[in-house]
Amino acid sequence: MAYSDKVIDHYNNPRNIGTLDKSSENVGTGLVGAPECGDVMRLQIEVDDSTGLIKDAKFKTFGCGSAIASSSLATEWLKGKTVDEALKIDNMAIVEELSLPPVKIHCSVLAEDAIKTAINDYRVKKGLEPIEDTKKHY
Amino acid sequence: MLKLPIYLDNNATTPMDPRVLEAMLPYFNERFGNAASRNHSFGWTAEEAVDYAREQVAALINCSAKEIIFTSGATESDNLAIKGVYEMYGAKGNHIITATTEHKAILDACKIAQKKGAEVTYLNPGRDGLIDLNELEAAITDKTILISIMYGNNEIGVIQDIPAISAIAKKHGVLFHTDATQAVGKIPVDVVADGIDLMSFSAHKMYGPKGVGALYVRRKNPRVKVTSQMDGGGHERGMRSGTLNVPGIVGLGKACEIAKNEMVDEAIRLSAMRDKLEKELLTIEEAYVNGSIERRLPHVTNISFKFVEGEGLMMGVKDIAVSSGSACTSASLEPSYVLKALGLDDELAHSSLRFGLGRFTTDEEIEYTIGHVKTAVDKLREMSPLWEMFKEGIDLKSVAWQEH
Repeated sequence: MAYSDKVIDHYNNPRNIGTLDKSSENVGTGLVGAPECGDVMRLQIEVDDSTGLIKDAKFKTFGCGSAIASSSLATEWLKGKTVDEALKIDNMAIVEELSLPPVKIHCSVLAEDAIKTAINDYRVKKGLEPIEDTKKHY
Repeated sequence: MLKLPIYLDNNATTPMDPRVLEAMLPYFNERFGNAASRNHSFGWTAEEAVDYAREQVAALINCSAKEIIFTSGATESDNLAIKGVYEMYGAKGNHIITATTEHKAILDACKIAQKKGAEVTYLNPGRDGLIDLNELEAAITDKTILISIMYGNNEIGVIQDIPAISAIAKKHGVLFHTDATQAVGKIPVDVVADGIDLMSFSAHKMYGPKGVGALYVRRKNPRVKVTSQMDGGGHERGMRSGTLNVPGIVGLGKACEIAKNEMVDEAIRLSAMRDKLEKELLTIEEAYVNGSIERRLPHVTNISFKFVEGEGLMMGVKDIAVSSGSACTSASLEPSYVLKALGLDDELAHSSLRFGLGRFTTDEEIEYTIGHVKTAVDKLREMSPLWEMFKEGIDLKSVAWQEH
């Protein structure tokens, strides 16, 4: 199976690899997937309290090229968005942007879950209720 | 000059040796006859070529030419052996013993036999990939008609103790089949010394063409018969009908002849290169060889690079064709069943690469591979959350993973 140019680009030049201080009040961390499944994504957001905007996003991913590209793309999209806007990122938009084949859709699902988990981690830190995921992925 | 991409997936298939191609070419056009045409020279020419090839194949594995049944490849040979023995010897018993690390052609043929009433015991190998001979013997019942254990494993290259297994089979009056697809033409395989009753192998794993293989069926002590699975003109002593693939058979014969002359030297050369590759790659932290190192085909190594996913790693070495036990492309997301059967964690199975060297592999290619695999592993570990956690001393088994 051939990878799309965009997947290859993200794989070769991953955006925003790294680690934010997960104990910081303004950082939300989402760790999803499992080593046994061959995919683990850790996605982090740092929110600017004064503007409510996501000012930084970082990821690290154990997985195939499509998983790496999905999480790399997610960090690009997250930066500059409000938390509410970020919640609206849909896995199918990632599928479309990266031209993922059907067998790789789970990579985009994982990226969406990582975003939501990171946002909920941030919300809980701020004393807010976590948002229930209405989509049934598993 | 190093030419890219580099092919290190010789367990999947091998390139044809130019000498094989040359031998085959006349049989596509000027010598196109049907080997079963008994009444004109076109047929005789084809028949002569097939007879000659049969001798070449027989010489490689030390049997009589009459004991070679040509097929379309090892999958067909495996099916003919398992289903053919089960149908032929059904009156004697219905029990088959095999192993969980066999090729799918064996496992799936056994499943079909099970649907038709067979009882099948699947032996689980140890961590080294070798089956336990005591366990094998203990599994034999008065209903056992066949033991089928592969010679050398396609994923990890582990070589079973074939003479010991066949001795156990003989002692209990049970037939012994081996899928020797990865072994024939790579290491000396002698059906007499090894006590083999039936043996599958294929041309395209030993620098011959795709679409042709053989099943060795013993004719004496004991005389073995299999019920045909392909019926028609009664070719191949009635065990496999169908017009013979003359160019393919000529190619298989030539490939066997070359292997017989060259495999001993080739094995020495390949194992030296393989050992160098392996030694260098094992200098990478948290890298492990899968399966027995002592009992192994000379050209194969299967290595897990912990905290890096195999498919992602293959993408990082895109100029090097290898394969992985990771199954990220399959819908099930299940990693290699062979590696799992060894007792490897799924995570390690996902992190594996198989390197299969071949006749045309060069030292230069091995050098390139060593460098590129090291770089790719480093790069992927830099972006692996698991590597970061490992470096922080976190026990990954203690993490509550959110499985999908």
